Amino acid sequence: MAFIMNGCEECESHGCKDYINRGTSICSLSQFVQQKMVSGLINANPIVYERKERQVQSAPIDIDQYADEPIDQQEIFDHIRDIKDPEHPYSLEELKVVTEDSIEVNDKQSYVRVTFTPTVEHCSMATVIGLCLRVKLMRSLPSRYKVDVRVAPGTHATEAAVHKQLNDKERVAAALENPNLSGMVDKCLAPTFA
Amino acid sequence: MDILERNLELRERQRLEGHTDRVWSLAWNPAAGVSGIPAMLASCSGDKTVRIWQQDPSGSWDCLAVLEDTHTRTVRSCAWSPSGKLLATASFDAATAVWEHIGGDFECVATLEGHENEVKSVSWNASGSLLATCSRDKTVWIWEVQPGNEFECVSVLQGHTQDVKMVQWHPFLDVLVSVSYDNSVKIWAEDGDSDDWHCVQTLNEASSGHTSTVWAVSFSSNGDRMVTCSDDLTLKIWDTSSNPSETSDSNCGSWRHLCTISGYHDRTIFSVNWSREGVIASGAADDAIRLFLESKDNSVDAPSYKLLSKKEKAHDMDVNSVQWNPKEPGVLASASDDGTIKIWELLEVPR
Repeated sequence: MAFIMNGCEECESHGCKDYINRGTSICSLSQFVQQKMVSGLINANPIVYERKERQVQSAPIDIDQYADEPIDQQEIFDHIRDIKDPEHPYSLEELKVVTEDSIEVNDKQSYVRVTFTPTVEHCSMATVIGLCLRVKLMRSLPSRYKVDVRVAPGTHATEAAVHKQLNDKERVAAALENPNLSGMVDKCLAPTFA
Repeated sequence: MDILERNLELRERQRLEGHTDRVWSLAWNPAAGVSGIPAMLASCSGDKTVRIWQQDPSGSWDCLAVLEDTHTRTVRSCAWSPSGKLLATASFDAATAVWEHIGGDFECVATLEGHENEVKSVSWNASGSLLATCSRDKTVWIWEVQPGNEFECVSVLQGHTQDVKMVQWHPFLDVLVSVSYDNSVKIWAEDGDSDDWHCVQTLNEASSGHTSTVWAVSFSSNGDRMVTCSDDLTLKIWDTSSNPSETSDSNCGSWRHLCTISGYHDRTIFSVNWSREGVIASGAADDAIRLFLESKDNSVDAPSYKLLSKKEKAHDMDVNSVQWNPKEPGVLASASDDGTIKIWELLEVPR
């Protein structure tokens, strides 16, 4: 365990000042889970925004119902808007971590990119949220889809490092084999918002 | 006629199904496929198993064995010993297993433990006397093969600052190459006087190297060149004609960047493999397999490589591994996130 307890190299090398909560990127997320149990909330008072009204998609009658309906921005947003924040009973939509405009999708090229905005500049939260987004999209979209998840430029102290880890599928696969971490992701993805 | 003038295409010969999760890696048995011994291929997967595939006399491939209940997590990499009798498998469970092929059965004869977390790759040296492993714990370990299937760790190599993705021995020298998430390539050799292994050279951005994770490395058959592939969407060719264990004191003989193959890939390149005939295959996250060949007609000093062929939609998902059959020219195996393995044949097709 010595290596894991050393903390996160990425955070250190990118000058993250959050020493208490550093070491919480994918490389040592189990430590993050432990830390959260002892040290409490990372962002105690998040700003909560109103949720966008749900649009009921009304299918036009004159369109062939068997025709391919391309996946659009709103459909992707519906998949991820209700993901729960790792430490608050609010959704990513309510915390404005994701918006419909933060989604780029090209159904023809089977490509989607989600750019999320962490509520605070902490490595820990950004990596967990990014992992939740990736897992949710992996489970929801057809397997032909290529998914990129990134932190909004300028919003995070170590965005390049977080981006690199979230898009290293080998490290994501290894992280999801960690029972503590996959349990945490499952909790964030649990359908608690009706 | 120049091979680059011909219209070559990869044709799917067979699709091998059986794994229930993504297939990470493949290895051809180097002692099979000749003198009446049927060709053999090992594959490893996120389903925690290794499958052994064998070609029957009609040319069709079947699953000969499933190696399971040893690794408790993803099996990331597999490698046959040069004799083809032993198979080493590296797993996210932090262990490396060694399997012996005895009378049609595969038996786990050794488990190598010591890495602190996921083992990412395993490689045998040319004589089969040494085994190298690397891990997310940033280290590379060298194991010496002892009589009676004992393995002794003779060196723990530190120097990478991040996750080490792959290790590969030189085709005939006891020189080891490792590639990493820290964007660098390191070359390791034994110090003649002290028997200690140490890093003799680091190829990084300052030496015209990669700017993101280096995923894989492969040598040309005579060992005088090496190709690396990266998350930075390029392949890089390196001059490896000098013996770094003899030239480590002077820079003149060290390995150096020859050229960069860029502009062909638009997603991460996970795998690269150099055939005995000189064709470089790449497998990438855009589901395609590309083949490159050195272009002989250039007049400038630096070599250049041309795209020989591109197989779009080679798989339904990311291509994680491409491996040329060392015994049958033009035969390539590939593995994918879609859970399948494909056997391909490089054929000339009419325009």
